[in-house]
Amino acid sequence: MLIVNSVEKSYKTGGLFSKKTQKILKGVSFDCQRGESLGIIGESGSGKSTLGRLIVGIEKPEAGTVLFEQKNIADRSVRLGNISAVFQDYKSSINPFYTVEKAIMETLILQNKSRKEMQAKMDQLLIQVGLDTSYKTNYPHELSGGEVQRVCIARAIAAEPKCILFDEAISSLDVSVQTQVLDLLKELKQIYNISYIFITHDIQAAAYICDRVIIFRDGQIEETADVHQLRHVRSAYAKKLLGAIIPF
Amino acid sequence: MRIFMNLCKDKLAIASLVFIAVLITAGLFAPVFAPHNPEEVNMSLRYAGPSWEYILGNDHLGRCILSRIIYGIRPSVLWVFAALFISVLIGSILGFLAGYFRGKNDAFIMKLCDVLLSFPGYVMALALVGLLGVGLENILIAFILIKWAWFARVIRTSVMQYAELDYIKFAKASGISHGKIIWKHIVPVTFSDIAVISSSSMGTMILQISGFSFLGLGVQAPQAEWGMMLNEAREVMFTRPELMLAPGLAIVLVVMALNFLSDSLQVALDPRLLNSNKGNQVMAPVSKIKIQEKEVPN
Ligand SMILES: Nc1ncnc2c1ncn2[C@@H]1O[C@H](COP(=O)(O)OP(=O)(O)OP(=O)(O)O)[C@@H](O)[C@H]1O
Ligand SMILES: [Mg+2]
Repeated sequence: MLIVNSVEKSYKTGGLFSKKTQKILKGVSFDCQRGESLGIIGESGSGKSTLGRLIVGIEKPEAGTVLFEQKNIADRSVRLGNISAVFQDYKSSINPFYTVEKAIMETLILQNKSRKEMQAKMDQLLIQVGLDTSYKTNYPHELSGGEVQRVCIARAIAAEPKCILFDEAISSLDVSVQTQVLDLLKELKQIYNISYIFITHDIQAAAYICDRVIIFRDGQIEETADVHQLRHVRSAYAKKLLGAIIPF
Repeated sequence: MRIFMNLCKDKLAIASLVFIAVLITAGLFAPVFAPHNPEEVNMSLRYAGPSWEYILGNDHLGRCILSRIIYGIRPSVLWVFAALFISVLIGSILGFLAGYFRGKNDAFIMKLCDVLLSFPGYVMALALVGLLGVGLENILIAFILIKWAWFARVIRTSVMQYAELDYIKFAKASGISHGKIIWKHIVPVTFSDIAVISSSSMGTMILQISGFSFLGLGVQAPQAEWGMMLNEAREVMFTRPELMLAPGLAIVLVVMALNFLSDSLQVALDPRLLNSNKGNQVMAPVSKIKIQEKEVPN
């Protein structure tokens, strides 16, 4: 469904006049099936977030393509209602001037429903992510981090997209809230049959929710492994990365 | 609508709003409101104090000061406001383009601004007036041509702060159009910055216009303008200081009202500032903790 085909991306380094560029992504290719949940794990600075921005079409790759159902993801209309995202920083992930209701409405409106249906769906969404419907009139600064992240998830699934990108979406939450949110995501995946692309440096979280994990290093894919086969990774780097967590 | 309701709770904002509304109406319909002809010279009433017929007294040519103040609203407030609006508009459009889309647009617009801003403003205005000829309109045109660059720079910086935030990234990822993102997500949050910089430059602009009028390049002599009135009063500053009072106060009041209004607007727009009483209580312990932390290592 989503096919990433040898994408490359580099950023300028140095001052205004320097022409030096640093290659962040060096030809990355993978695909993600409908309903699959794919983890991308790697060290800080390895280019995971950059890859994430390319996947959701916010930035364009210098070489290679990202195709969603055979169409280029850079085209806005391809993304509309099909792709969604949840980002790390819960402090800035909702417009500070928006109430929870307005924030969710932003994507809910893409479905062309009647006003009444939208209200019903809104309540349903809030209950699904474990929030009381009275939260509708709250502003983001009146919510806790976990609550904001739940609203972001509700907002992401409101348009019933086919694929959602999570970039460190649970990293800033504390451990007990993390497991709650992960359980919630698992549950939602079963209901809506959504694909997840789950960027994280937390291997345990990735192992908990993903079917397949890509181990990412220095802008390249080091290894791809089924989540049940994580013990049997071959490359030395992956072994080292996993060794800290999974006892052999 | 919510914004208007919030604004209504603020008495100072209402007072400022009413003051500005009255001023604009008086300026627009100056012939109706002014008790006398502002240019009618009456030498027998030179420096006359306030009386029932001439509420604010008369100036060095015996002209009615109140009428001159009312007629002066047009050049001093309305035209300045129009020029400010146009330059803020140009500055905003270019600032949004540069700050939101970045890349080549940004580099080009900022280079242009740098070039314009590297000339001293007054000298540029003088040169332009030299080219275009003397008169209020030409000074205003010169102002628009110079000031937009400054607005564009400030607004670009403000936009850039917000354009990288996660909620904008989310909107982009969801396939919402750029126009909608700018209008719904960036304009509201940058609006208070824009309001603050425009209201503060309104004051400077009024004073600059009167500076040019003083040099004989702006409003021409018999016509009433607040800065001109100040300059006329300046000649008798030590013998009759009260003549400075009316135009001086008028300028101060307008600038103050605009500043109050922009401050209240900022509060009314931002839900985080609205229940600031709650916010202060939450903030207070945090600063205490900070102080304690600082003290510990010593
Ligand atoms: N807009 C940008 N301009 C210039 N360099 C950038 C930009 N975005 C990212 N980079 C560089 O790309 C590299 C990879 O960044 P990226 O954010 O993708 O890392 P990451 O794998 O997500 O790390 P983390 O786990 O800390 O989030 C970093 O070295 C960073 O300096
Ligand atoms: Mg990252």
